[in-house]
Amino acid sequence: MKQLQTWGRTWGPLLAIALVAVALLMVAPAVLSPFRLNNLGKYVCWAIAGVGIGLAWGRGGMLVMGQGVFFGLGGYAMAMHLKLEAAMASGGPDAVPDFMVLYGDGTMPGWWEPFRSGAFTLAAIVVLPALVAVVLGWAIFKRRVKGAYFAILTQALAVVFATLLVATIKQTGGFNGLNQFTQFFGYNLYDPVNKRMIYSIASVALVVCLVLVWQLYRSRFGELLVATRDAEERVRFLGHDPANIKLVAFVLAAVMASIGGALFAPITGIISPSDVDATASILLIAGVALGGRALLLGPALGALAVGFGRTTLSETFPDQWTYFLGLLFIVVILFLPAGLGSMWSQALGRLRSSRPTPTRASAPTPTDELEVAR
Amino acid sequence: MFQSRTRFATGTVLALTAALSLSACGGSKSGEASASSASCVDTSGDTIKLGFLNSTSGAMAISEQTVRDSLSLAATQINAAGGILGKKIEPVVEDGASDPAVFAEKIEKLLTGDCVAAVFGGWTSASRKAMLPVVEADNGLLFYPVQYEGLEASKNIYYTGATTNQQIIPAMDFLKSKGVKTLFLAGSDYVFPRTANKIIKQYAAELGIEIVGEEYVPLDDDDWTTQVAKIVEAKPDFVFNTINGSSNVGFVKAYYEQGLSAKTTPIISVSIAEEEAPAMGKDVTGQFAAWNYFQSVKSPTNDAFIKAFQDEYGADRPTSDPMEAAYTSLYLYKALVEKADSFDVDEINDAADGVTFDAPEGTVTIDGENHHIAKTALIGQINADNQFDVVWSSEKPIEPDPFLEGYAWWDPSAE
Repeated sequence: MKQLQTWGRTWGPLLAIALVAVALLMVAPAVLSPFRLNNLGKYVCWAIAGVGIGLAWGRGGMLVMGQGVFFGLGGYAMAMHLKLEAAMASGGPDAVPDFMVLYGDGTMPGWWEPFRSGAFTLAAIVVLPALVAVVLGWAIFKRRVKGAYFAILTQALAVVFATLLVATIKQTGGFNGLNQFTQFFGYNLYDPVNKRMIYSIASVALVVCLVLVWQLYRSRFGELLVATRDAEERVRFLGHDPANIKLVAFVLAAVMASIGGALFAPITGIISPSDVDATASILLIAGVALGGRALLLGPALGALAVGFGRTTLSETFPDQWTYFLGLLFIVVILFLPAGLGSMWSQALGRLRSSRPTPTRASAPTPTDELEVAR
Repeated sequence: MFQSRTRFATGTVLALTAALSLSACGGSKSGEASASSASCVDTSGDTIKLGFLNSTSGAMAISEQTVRDSLSLAATQINAAGGILGKKIEPVVEDGASDPAVFAEKIEKLLTGDCVAAVFGGWTSASRKAMLPVVEADNGLLFYPVQYEGLEASKNIYYTGATTNQQIIPAMDFLKSKGVKTLFLAGSDYVFPRTANKIIKQYAAELGIEIVGEEYVPLDDDDWTTQVAKIVEAKPDFVFNTINGSSNVGFVKAYYEQGLSAKTTPIISVSIAEEEAPAMGKDVTGQFAAWNYFQSVKSPTNDAFIKAFQDEYGADRPTSDPMEAAYTSLYLYKALVEKADSFDVDEINDAADGVTFDAPEGTVTIDGENHHIAKTALIGQINADNQFDVVWSSEKPIEPDPFLEGYAWWDPSAE
């Protein structure tokens, strides 16, 4: 029995990830219509960002309220490339995106130029958010800004980012955002087969992110991260610099959000300020909170559930659905502050506590709900 | 830090994932696209599904709900009169949630999931731009009911609001007729005001009107204090207002508080209608607006429209331009289907040119080339009842020209 438990603790998470992979890559394409599959792809993009939030917030205690910024960096980088690809397909190698001709004087800002290259774009999707996160994170964590101040700061960043986008019509498409993509690295975006391919890429990215954080949680770094969340001063006295530990988690979360955004653009066919603003950032957080922020699969499944809920509720109750969604959040926060996923571990915990074997909590769950104020 | 057994298992999961994904995708290069799915619209029954896609949540809900109401009214009326080609309209409603990405998702759902014959809705240009590629890829139909910045034409979209040469350019003609010499431009930092002002500046040069200032604030920003101070300083004959939505309240507040008035420096607006005028928080009597419909338009059709609308939704509800354009769009669709004698998109498009409807705003006619409609331009002045007295009219419908090809002074590439 004891052996089985140990085995379960070691391999259970991997089995769960494998189940997610099978569900996303085999079951979903077989049972869903192309439209529904594409919708699921959109939720998967949110889930990828959610996994990062789980790492930074659930394990690291950093309430990242502005992940829309990183989601947007990836999304816009990809969208710029797709926009240029569409322009070049119809107007030759020097063509500029249609909106610059319509709303500007037809000249393209220099910083758009490198995004003609697919390789540069892919690199930018990872490097750009990482750079921004390193600079920001360094400045924030070295100054020991944390708790509510950190949350407000990141939220403000999302507001600034969206406002900046809206105000730069000629450079970024403004409020309209970027859309009307025709191809994705040479693949026709109007072809359902290619849409399914992009869906698969997103699903694989989600699984890879899950495996990565699972390994991180098992590693010494994972232990340190949780220690920093629960007692930052003690970690400091033990000779570690909490700033560096937090920075790594923050940067990883940023890159994951960016990858999610980069896949969101071709899947939905549009990226606009309303996909990256404060509201969008909060909805990302909401999914993670719903699923259980400190759990391995909680953030991803929560984000998927919120995406699914937004679509289903709004289709069923087009005029009242926002109330239902709000109610759901209130109920979960009130009765299951550690998320829906915690029901499982609570039940398990009860099972275990009835036995004499002392065990250390396998999924460290933040105990106090007021960690924002810490 | 990774244990070797774990590493092996991790590798297995990743390899499994890769294998699964390879089996899931067999991408085809562009150019060899598989045949696009044929229309799934079911015309065999005695009803026909139409999609109403408006934001009923989020920032745009307050405006878009009015369009939803008039669409529902038109559907009820058409059904009471026997439907379209004998089929009753079965509305399928969806919430665009004021988010372009949601509009793109929902129109796809309406066209390919519900198999509606046409979709009615959208308000912001962002929502229309998001729906355009979807409706083109699915070869569906979208009826868009709001005046907009032009520079667009799709064979899958019918634009029943005004394009710029039916609203902005006539407004400039009106200003010229008033003897205006100097003009100040105030707008939201958004695609419509930017494009409108680009047109206004070029036409003003043609008309000999001097632009003495141009100011923008971000969408939904309420603080206009510094910008209005510049208006006070510039002393223009008129202010051309292309501000969007609630930001107008902040603008009007600053305008009156800094001593400006309709007597000294009147405003001409392109987004303040019967719904908005009473919500400005100040008495805006005497200010002007350019539209193609006012509730005060005198015609038997309009009287019937207003009566039907207020019977349905309450006597305190005003009717406005976008509501009328949405109401008209459903009747135009009926006329299109009946002329084509088919719900098929291509057959409707072939039959489109010259289809007319005796709308509350007057007779409107579809241009088969650019899918916009010929509309009469009107300038109204707000009276004490927050209604508009029509003070100027283009007298006859203006042919739509979304790309301003008929205007020699227009140079799209100039700043």
